[in-house]
Amino acid sequence: MKALQKIQSRFVPLPMENIDTDQIIPARFLKATTRDGFGQNLFRDWRYEQDDTAKPKTDFVLNQAIYSGEILVAGKNFGCGSSREHAAWAILDYGFYAVVSSFFADIFKNNALNNGVLPVTVSDAFLQKIFQQASTATLSIDVDKQTITIDATGEQESFELNPYKKTCLLNGYDDIDFLLSRKDTIEKFEKELI
Amino acid sequence: MGKTLFDKIWDQHVVEKIENGPSVLYIDKHFIHEVTSPQAFKGIEQRGLNLFRPKQTIATADHNVPTLNQHLPIKDELSKMQVDQLIDNCDKHGVELYGLGHPYQGIVHVIGPELGITQPGMTIVCGDSHTSTHGAFGAIAFGIGTSEVEMVFASQCVLQTKPKTMRINIEGELQPGVVSKDIILYIIAKISASGATGYFVEYAGSTIRSLSMEARMTICNMSIEMGARGGMIAPDEQTFAYMQGRAYAPKGTQWDNQLEVWKKLYSDNNAVFDKEINIDAWAIQPMITYGTNPGLGMAINANIPLSDTILDEGERKNLIKALQYMGLEEGKPLIGMPIQHVFIGSCTNSRIEDLRQVAALVKGKKKHDSVKVMIVPGSQQVAKQAHAEGLDHIFAEAGFQIRQAGCSACLGMNEDKIPAGTYCISTSNRNFEGRQGAGARTLLASPLTAAAAAITGVVTDIREMMNEKL
Repeated sequence: MKALQKIQSRFVPLPMENIDTDQIIPARFLKATTRDGFGQNLFRDWRYEQDDTAKPKTDFVLNQAIYSGEILVAGKNFGCGSSREHAAWAILDYGFYAVVSSFFADIFKNNALNNGVLPVTVSDAFLQKIFQQASTATLSIDVDKQTITIDATGEQESFELNPYKKTCLLNGYDDIDFLLSRKDTIEKFEKELI
Repeated sequence: MGKTLFDKIWDQHVVEKIENGPSVLYIDKHFIHEVTSPQAFKGIEQRGLNLFRPKQTIATADHNVPTLNQHLPIKDELSKMQVDQLIDNCDKHGVELYGLGHPYQGIVHVIGPELGITQPGMTIVCGDSHTSTHGAFGAIAFGIGTSEVEMVFASQCVLQTKPKTMRINIEGELQPGVVSKDIILYIIAKISASGATGYFVEYAGSTIRSLSMEARMTICNMSIEMGARGGMIAPDEQTFAYMQGRAYAPKGTQWDNQLEVWKKLYSDNNAVFDKEINIDAWAIQPMITYGTNPGLGMAINANIPLSDTILDEGERKNLIKALQYMGLEEGKPLIGMPIQHVFIGSCTNSRIEDLRQVAALVKGKKKHDSVKVMIVPGSQQVAKQAHAEGLDHIFAEAGFQIRQAGCSACLGMNEDKIPAGTYCISTSNRNFEGRQGAGARTLLASPLTAAAAAITGVVTDIREMMNEKL
């Protein structure tokens, strides 16, 4: 996992609620056996007419040149539905390093963090403020300070991040390294359980 | 203070609590399937590791398998590669696989309980959000991502933050024609598709106690559709009776000893939950969804809500967008609306009891000419039992197409898809845009309601059909 400390970037707004993982990456693209290449199918059915990559839907944000950046901003309950980690892989592979919303589904949140994609939970009011910004506006996210700032206005909110997960993100550590270091404790636990 | 059922099992499985962080939670049983495991196998191989406890992992192929001609090689190349890779991986790493052609093959959440692998008091995970199904036996069972599958491979543990607890009490008798699917659709409609996010739910009350294990599994299965980490029900005599004699269930004195342990698995009288919800069972009617998340559901004879009655702007926009996708009008009823497809299957409703209910209703009847009906048993064992009871004959007579075990049109990963723009009454768990195929329009309902629509060709109140019968 790559370390993530700070992001300053423009953002892509997706002001819809309950964006489920079937929209993020439809099931028919889950046949791969590696983690790569899912970005091209991110939001596939919202992005193209009749599943044809030659026919981009012009009203969808990913197809609008005025929007770009490493941050996706979406309505509440983002990532609900299936546990497919392919959703997080697709978001990362497309080039987003953070998703901002007022509410995340649990499994998606874990999956994102396990791949170095930061879920930033902000208040409804702050989310609306971000949506009102011009497409050229930038946001700054500081993982260590746990803050997100609208650069144009200086408005800032802090977000929650589990201290353990924060250390992982800042340093690019993953949970498996940690669990492997606890093997003796786990074996001891097993003996006591039986 | 007393402990909740959840706390009892959770506390027993915490290897270590990381300061200011999650807990290292020990996992008793790990189910895997072909779609969410290949990258995890690759991951541990890249780290030069073997599976830490391969005997505690059980595999099946379900998501991406054809449901016709399973004895032939899989036609879709990518699907074949994924299924072949599962076979290789299980072989290489010593994991028991109930793959295509095996008499135990089937949807992972159907086979776990029917084989007796799922047991009270266990921690169970699987790279699939509907793992909550297994909670019906009084287990902590939840879906995980592929990185977490890799964690279990490497250490038999996952890192988890303890969720809050919620108890949903359902009391009283159910109206005729109302089954467990209606109960859970009613709850989700009441508290919304995100209403239980951050919680682990225990379902309790006299209504729950009166339900069969199959019916309890349907309820726990859909816990995730209101955002819950999982759902569970305290084990009781019904649970033990279901389990006894199953392939993996303990035998002899071991059974007797386990039974003593299992009987202590309940929430203490003075246990405190972070949230409690009380539901009057009699208020529940046969349910159907009209939108593109499982929270957008209503009583089958109700009218679709008017958008201007919804105060929250986000929710209002959501409804308008959903109705546009569904091709439905606000304020209008669904009763009498023609449908083109019926799908009876999925980890929610593909067990023998579901098939029996459908068969009882359609026996001696024929499906409507304009409807295509797919019925997909959850496992080879369910299919075998259905055959033994002659249910397959009833379905064939009715003009239903009976297919082989798999996830099928619930998520449309294989060729079982609903065509764009058509309506499908489905016994599955999700009505998301494009879930059953690009452009498909899904109406979630119980197996009874689905069967009724198969016969009439339109959205039908099952109670009217039952009245006719009398």
